[in-house]
Amino acid sequence: MTGRGSRERILARIRAATAGLPPVPDAAGPPPAPRERTEAEIVRTAELFAARVRDYRATVHLVAPGGVPAAVAGALAGRGARRVVRPGGLPVEWPAGDGVEFLADEPPLTAAELDAADGVLTGCAAAVAETGTIVLDAGAGQGRRALTLLPDYHLCVVRAGQIVPGVPEVLGRLDPARPLTWISGPSATSDIELDRVEGVHGPRTLEVIVELPAV
Amino acid sequence: MRVGLFVTCVNDTLFPETGKAVVTLLRRLGCEVDFPMAQTCCGQMHVNTGYRDEGVRLARGFLDVFAGYQAVVVPSGSCASMIREQYPKLAAGMGASRPGAFASAHGGRSPFARAVAEVTPRVYDLAEFLVDVLDRTDVGAYFPHRVTYHPTCHSLRGLRAGDRPLRLLRAVRGLELVPLAAADECCGFGGTFAVKNAAVSAAMCADKVANVLNTGAEVLCAADNSCLMHIGGTLARQRAGVRVMHLAEILAQTEDAR
Amino acid sequence: MSGTWLGMPAFPRNAEAALGNSRLRANLRKATHTIRARRAAGVDEMPGWAKLRARGAAVKDAALRDLDKHLLRAEEAVTTAGGRVHWAADAAEANTIVTELVKATGHREVVKVKSMATQEIGLNEALAAEGITAYETDLAELIVQLGDDLPSHILVPAIHRGRAEIREIFRDRMAAWGRPAPDGLGDDPRALAEAARLHLRERFLASKVAVSGANFLVAETGTLVVLESEGNGRMCLTLPETLISVVGIEKIVPTWQDLAVFLELLPRSSTGERMNPYTSMWTGAAEGQEFHLVLLDNGRTGVLADEIGRQALRCIRCSACLNVCPVYERAGGHAYGSVYPGPIGAILTPQLRGTATPLDASLPYASSLCGACYDVCPVAIDIPEVLVHLRARVPHPPAERAGLAAAGWLLDRPGRLRAAQRLAGRLRGLVPRRRLPGPGAAWTDTRDVPPVPAESFRDWWRRTGGEDR
Ligand code: SF4
Repeated sequence: MTGRGSRERILARIRAATAGLPPVPDAAGPPPAPRERTEAEIVRTAELFAARVRDYRATVHLVAPGGVPAAVAGALAGRGARRVVRPGGLPVEWPAGDGVEFLADEPPLTAAELDAADGVLTGCAAAVAETGTIVLDAGAGQGRRALTLLPDYHLCVVRAGQIVPGVPEVLGRLDPARPLTWISGPSATSDIELDRVEGVHGPRTLEVIVELPAV
Repeated sequence: MRVGLFVTCVNDTLFPETGKAVVTLLRRLGCEVDFPMAQTCCGQMHVNTGYRDEGVRLARGFLDVFAGYQAVVVPSGSCASMIREQYPKLAAGMGASRPGAFASAHGGRSPFARAVAEVTPRVYDLAEFLVDVLDRTDVGAYFPHRVTYHPTCHSLRGLRAGDRPLRLLRAVRGLELVPLAAADECCGFGGTFAVKNAAVSAAMCADKVANVLNTGAEVLCAADNSCLMHIGGTLARQRAGVRVMHLAEILAQTEDAR
Repeated sequence: MSGTWLGMPAFPRNAEAALGNSRLRANLRKATHTIRARRAAGVDEMPGWAKLRARGAAVKDAALRDLDKHLLRAEEAVTTAGGRVHWAADAAEANTIVTELVKATGHREVVKVKSMATQEIGLNEALAAEGITAYETDLAELIVQLGDDLPSHILVPAIHRGRAEIREIFRDRMAAWGRPAPDGLGDDPRALAEAARLHLRERFLASKVAVSGANFLVAETGTLVVLESEGNGRMCLTLPETLISVVGIEKIVPTWQDLAVFLELLPRSSTGERMNPYTSMWTGAAEGQEFHLVLLDNGRTGVLADEIGRQALRCIRCSACLNVCPVYERAGGHAYGSVYPGPIGAILTPQLRGTATPLDASLPYASSLCGACYDVCPVAIDIPEVLVHLRARVPHPPAERAGLAAAGWLLDRPGRLRAAQRLAGRLRGLVPRRRLPGPGAAWTDTRDVPPVPAESFRDWWRRTGGEDR
């Protein structure tokens, strides 16, 4: 049923259709070469990122170095989140906040348990300023994909150094072998009269904390 | 400068006043105008309706007739665009589409392709010729009326005529130019589309007419009599009281001539 | 209208019927104008759009040029990463493959991510025939499925529906498919989105098998890419134990880095956003899932063989050409009788399905050749060029052929043209301005005919040498 015959037939048809065509030069070119950035550049990129994420109607906090634990505590308290999913691999000092119960994904939480949680706290693999995008790769501090999908509230911590200017740059930082989730704002739809409304199946609230470098 | 006038079959047959206006205007601007009698049609209707062979035959005729001219002026955006944009594709005979298409290696070396490469770069729509070749936007015209301008698809997106016609109109003394809403939208003519899909064509024209009427203009101007025949025919049917005029006919008018 | 395009009449008749539907017209006008403005803003903001667009076209051309090599490379990469690859020459084979795969899981329900390929092959109907229910989870697809309707747009299949109709569909039909609509449901888009969330939540949590398409397949790495907005895609791609992706062979891009171009082109072209809310990328069996990739030909290799028509395979299904098309805006998507409506449909459907039916033969004519589609297309598909090319291939009606042959004969010799012009000049008083006979009636139905001049331009020139004015 895997269509062995079809495989050969399709390939033969392709070869017949493209026979004799001149080669097409490589168009995309190599990825932009990574380069050292100044602290000021990193801050400017982080500020653009924050502005772009806010355009999606997400909340963004820019915090000074070391300000993450307090910002996390403040955000969770502001949200009123009591039971929060916390994947392994986050810096130990991050999860702070009185009266918050953190749920480790060990053993794996069921879909129903994730659905019942008040929120999820993660880091990220990289971020894109131009488009206000956070990329998760299921690595340390991010967990498997369902963790950031089922809870209705996603609090994400981004270090300014993880933010690159554009999409071409970010691809060079990612490992295609890992499952990747690109997040640009809360879930949304344009399906009703083609106007955007936020909040469908994914988390309806996205809150982002950006840790700036020392200047 | 010696200019070959390709008046187009539609203007020749139905709108001779447009051709006469082009002659008057170009002579006033110091051109020597020649109308080669052997000309007929660029082949647009045939090619665009799916009769490529007939269209190519007419295209060959055009290329023969206009081979020797320094410049060929065409008072029709769609015919000029047919010649300049579509002839090369007919010549290539395959997907030589812009930009970066991959296409087969043959084509482009036939006598037809050579004639296309030789003649078509010297073919201009009227507004292009005035602005780019003669370097004139003020052509000394006088037309004391409220006018709105429909850019027509093939001038706008085929020839990329840009704001050349508007610059010409703005320089006309006495003329009040009023902007047309959704000007870049097709009027619904589309050649045989107007009869093959008459209902959609009429629905498109209804919106164009509504936008024209909203300007309060007295004259609707365009650089293509085919579109004007369609919009003007609808305006006339509705007794809307707006008349249509080809760009050449406005630019040809002077205070002395009145 | 339910579940099938078969036997529809030619485009002009479908369009004429749609033109009389004032609610449809209002819905389409509002939606297409909204999205046009959003796209224009998104594209204008992006520096170097023209260059990006040219690169998008070039990358796709490169992919198509060596499609066989890229497919083999992708197959190897997916297999190495624990996925299984299946090849389907046509719709029937693809449906059989998917049906068998679902049956092998022992489950009778699948959740679906919006996918043009599975609509093209009629997968839901094929599954239903085997007792398997496919649940659409994209909001617009849900509206279409609940309404027993057909999609009318690539990106927003329910674009023909306004909020009031969507509310009625949810209220009346949700209960038959699962959790009923909340009591007192209003027509605010937020409330409607919330109703969809509640309706599908249980289904997602319980789902074991999902079927998706993909926007891109990276040959170099075997990575599949799905762009979406709502999170239903993530639900389907992430939660179930088995994932089956049906992907047209033209979705391939050669390298990982090639994705950059398309991730920049696609969201801005389709919804006008800088980036869509969610993009999922996975390679092979991710997080312990069972993964099957079904590579679909279904006519694509035929398109590839056509020198002019093959550029249609560059399409990334952004729908910008639909949104900007004046014909689509007025006729609506159903008039095209295909899952691919609008300008891209007018060039893709006749190439994939052939031109044997009156409907398919009429599609290349469903355009005024205004060129707006080519201008907005992010991969620079010259749709008017392909339309004209296809028009030369379809069968022509005998009356039209006779008419154009006569016109061609007249125009072939200046003398003939001149004789005809003189005859017309002499008979000009007899030409009715408001009611032409025969095929001319289609003109004079809404338009007057211009008066025929007494003297043609060429006769004037001949008489005066162009001096008299
Ligand atoms: S043809 Fe171009 S504009 Fe139309 S859907 Fe495809 S990619 Fe988008």
